[in-house]
Amino acid sequence: MSVFVIAYYSLLLIGSSLAAYFNKRSIFILLFSLTMVSFVLGIIGGSGALVMVATFAGLLALAGMVSYSFREALIMMAGPELAKELRTAPLTAAFGMFVIFTYAITGIFAPWIAPYGEAEVISNAFEPANADMLLGADQLGRDMFSRLVYGTRNSVGLALTATVLAFVLGAGAGMLAATKGGWFDQFMGRFADVIMSIPSLIFALLMLSIFGSSMPVIIVAVAIIYAPRVFRLTRAVAGNVVVMDYIEAAKLRGEGTGYLIRREILPNSMAPLVAEFGLEFCFVFLLVAGLSFLGLGIQPPTADWGSMVRENATLISFGDITPLIPAAAIALLTVAVNFVVDWMLFRSSGLKEQ
Amino acid sequence: MSHDKSVLLEIKNLRIEGYSDEKWVDIIKGVDLTLHRGEVMGLIGESGAGKSTIGAGAMGYARDGTRISEGSSIEFDGMELTTATESEKRALRGSRIAYVAQSAAASFNPAHKIIDQHTEAPLQYRLQKRMEAQEDAMDLYKRLRLPNPTEIGFRYPHQVSGGQLQRAMTAMAMSCRPDLIIFDEPTTALDVTTQIEVLAAIRDIVEQFNTAALYITHDLAVVAQMADTIKVLLKGEEVEEASTKEMLDNPKEDYTKSLWAVRSFESPQRHRPKDATPLISLQHVDASYSSGPKILDDVSFDIYEGMTVAVVGESGSGKSTAARVITGLLPPSKGEVLFRGTPFTHDYRNRSKDELRQCQMIYQSADTSLNPKVRISEIIGRPAQFYSGLKGTALKARVDELLDLIELEPSQFYNRYPSELSGGQKQRIGIARALAAEPAFIICDEVTSALDQLVAEGILRLLDRLQNELNLAYMFITHDLATVRSIADEVVVMQQGKVVEQGPKDDMFTPPHHPYTDLLLSSVPEMDPDWLTTLLEERGIENLGDAAAANMSK
Repeated sequence: MSVFVIAYYSLLLIGSSLAAYFNKRSIFILLFSLTMVSFVLGIIGGSGALVMVATFAGLLALAGMVSYSFREALIMMAGPELAKELRTAPLTAAFGMFVIFTYAITGIFAPWIAPYGEAEVISNAFEPANADMLLGADQLGRDMFSRLVYGTRNSVGLALTATVLAFVLGAGAGMLAATKGGWFDQFMGRFADVIMSIPSLIFALLMLSIFGSSMPVIIVAVAIIYAPRVFRLTRAVAGNVVVMDYIEAAKLRGEGTGYLIRREILPNSMAPLVAEFGLEFCFVFLLVAGLSFLGLGIQPPTADWGSMVRENATLISFGDITPLIPAAAIALLTVAVNFVVDWMLFRSSGLKEQ
Repeated sequence: MSHDKSVLLEIKNLRIEGYSDEKWVDIIKGVDLTLHRGEVMGLIGESGAGKSTIGAGAMGYARDGTRISEGSSIEFDGMELTTATESEKRALRGSRIAYVAQSAAASFNPAHKIIDQHTEAPLQYRLQKRMEAQEDAMDLYKRLRLPNPTEIGFRYPHQVSGGQLQRAMTAMAMSCRPDLIIFDEPTTALDVTTQIEVLAAIRDIVEQFNTAALYITHDLAVVAQMADTIKVLLKGEEVEEASTKEMLDNPKEDYTKSLWAVRSFESPQRHRPKDATPLISLQHVDASYSSGPKILDDVSFDIYEGMTVAVVGESGSGKSTAARVITGLLPPSKGEVLFRGTPFTHDYRNRSKDELRQCQMIYQSADTSLNPKVRISEIIGRPAQFYSGLKGTALKARVDELLDLIELEPSQFYNRYPSELSGGQKQRIGIARALAAEPAFIICDEVTSALDQLVAEGILRLLDRLQNELNLAYMFITHDLATVRSIADEVVVMQQGKVVEQGPKDDMFTPPHHPYTDLLLSSVPEMDPDWLTTLLEERGIENLGDAAAANMSK
């Protein structure tokens, strides 16, 4: 029995007793069941397992506290209208916003944050982490941390540009189709069906092998793949808006299509589109990472998370987690975006807690 | 059947709170209510008065985002509902307390047959076997005078008309022979001719089974027919309560008196100017939607400058289609629309800006006719900017002027969004938007039917004042003859796409009438509590509503 184990159990037991005394039912159940599980874990896994549980709980608590303070900070900075909305955000959404915020800062200020350049060779291949290199070196002896920081800029920037382009194309076409109706609507709908019927990865590989894998080609190819999905959503949402009386009033006034879309339809279909933007961003991001992993995405020596996973993949067989770090960065961002999107969907769908 | 008159429902100091803007606000501020068995109590008041909330509260139910506060007491037949568990309350609902909603079309599940939905409650509570329940349903359909009572239940909700569906819903509420039924505006969405059938049926069946009822409505004339006692509500508080007769004859409170006085507004009758060309003239217009049946059949009428023409008829009679032909949304398949004697371009897309500005529309539902994401200043300012090319301070001055015209304080409303306005204010903004184009002619499509009587009266007065000031012509589409009486100069009666009668208002309201006009006129509820009884005696049960209209076309 080490001091840690004694402290661990006494903390849990004191916590659950206090919760029981103050009649906090859910907290008590949580703590007490954790104590019970810990008994079993302690017997099977020894104190090592308990350390893991404690670390995990500590990390969770840390994330919770960070999210809470981040949300409070946002509320304080925001105007009264926005603050009211933010107060409804659950901690998961706050966590998501915090992660996105961190990524944005990292991407924008990459050259100042990264200690070395992204293509700078500074040591031997696969050098382990030390005070100079936080995460060690990659297969050519470049600083892993610096490449991760630059990768934020490249991977996220690329995915963001491609998603924006997909939305401009898809949403534009969708609203136009909903407003015009008739044969134009039919034509756009069938055209979208045609694009959607081609498997996306094969389509991307085809485009990239024909036009070569440069940044603009990747962006356009990915945008074309994702635009039809946005088109279908936008057309459905805008279809509900164009039947409103205020659209009829605007049409009778003699307004042109441009005004109708910009001032009347777009503001009223914004909420689901923003939520969809978050979701599509994740898909685009994963597709870009997948392309890079296959070697057809962003070309070396430019740092990119997808290709970083592939380049360092051999290390996995030596039990080193280095190649998993860029993968974890991808996963974290995707989860964070989804947390925020969940909250937005919840708000726009009008589901309210009782 | 025993006609015992013991107390069934007793509500004491009912307070219901709603959660808005991050705090709990009182919606119902301490209402007391006592209902005896077999008694029908009418709850009236304008929207937001808390009528429906009290209705739901009588079932021990608080809608999402609201809660019944401490200290309230709802006692149903000796059982306290505020402290009852959810399962105890659930056992009451449907079997002992039933609810009839405003829109039967929205409350029936479109995927199941009517009779299956009807028998669900008796089967659920194991009161009857399926076959018994079905037979009972047919019996109820018969009592409610639905056509083909043995067969109608096996149809789906979309296969029967609105009035029939509302009666089927009442039958469904009756299926377990409840002690209390809550009617939440059951006839508000119906035409006058259909409404009367439903009213007669409801009154009859409530009497037959000695059921107590809470009848929620904003229509005073309706409540006068249905209720034994009337309770007037205002902003979650009781104004007064008295028996129907007494309430109608000598109301005590000023607010009640103002409700009663609503129907008194009448604008003076104007007459056609001698030998002038009509502003808008429909000449033998036929119209149909994409090769379907004819919706308009040889429709002709004239609208003169500065006059109001009311187009009346029940839903489906083609009144709104006539408006769509004039605005150019639906080009006529035959005939002509003349504007000041010259043909009006058929399709709105080919009309010039000047043609478009002449003819503006005000819509029934202010909620869907104002873009919720645009500020008032832009909603009103856009037509002025679009047609007259106003900019900057000139535009702002024009918007302020228009807001003044519709009696809203410009500084207060300039920057608001439609969601921050009440129903009446929204409708005023709709009027201002129409005025901003400086039109000669405005089509008002059921502009007051979604509003409470007090608010509607305000809108009518405003429209009348604007007409006098700006010499506007109105085409007033409505099914409410009280509105016609108050604002119209000429009346056009339509039935099944044809004009059956037209002429000056005074002539229309004095006999002899066309039989259809007569049916419409006689179906409008009056304040006299004996009106329905007298009418039923005069016309006979078989000669009401749909049945009467069907007889006519034979």
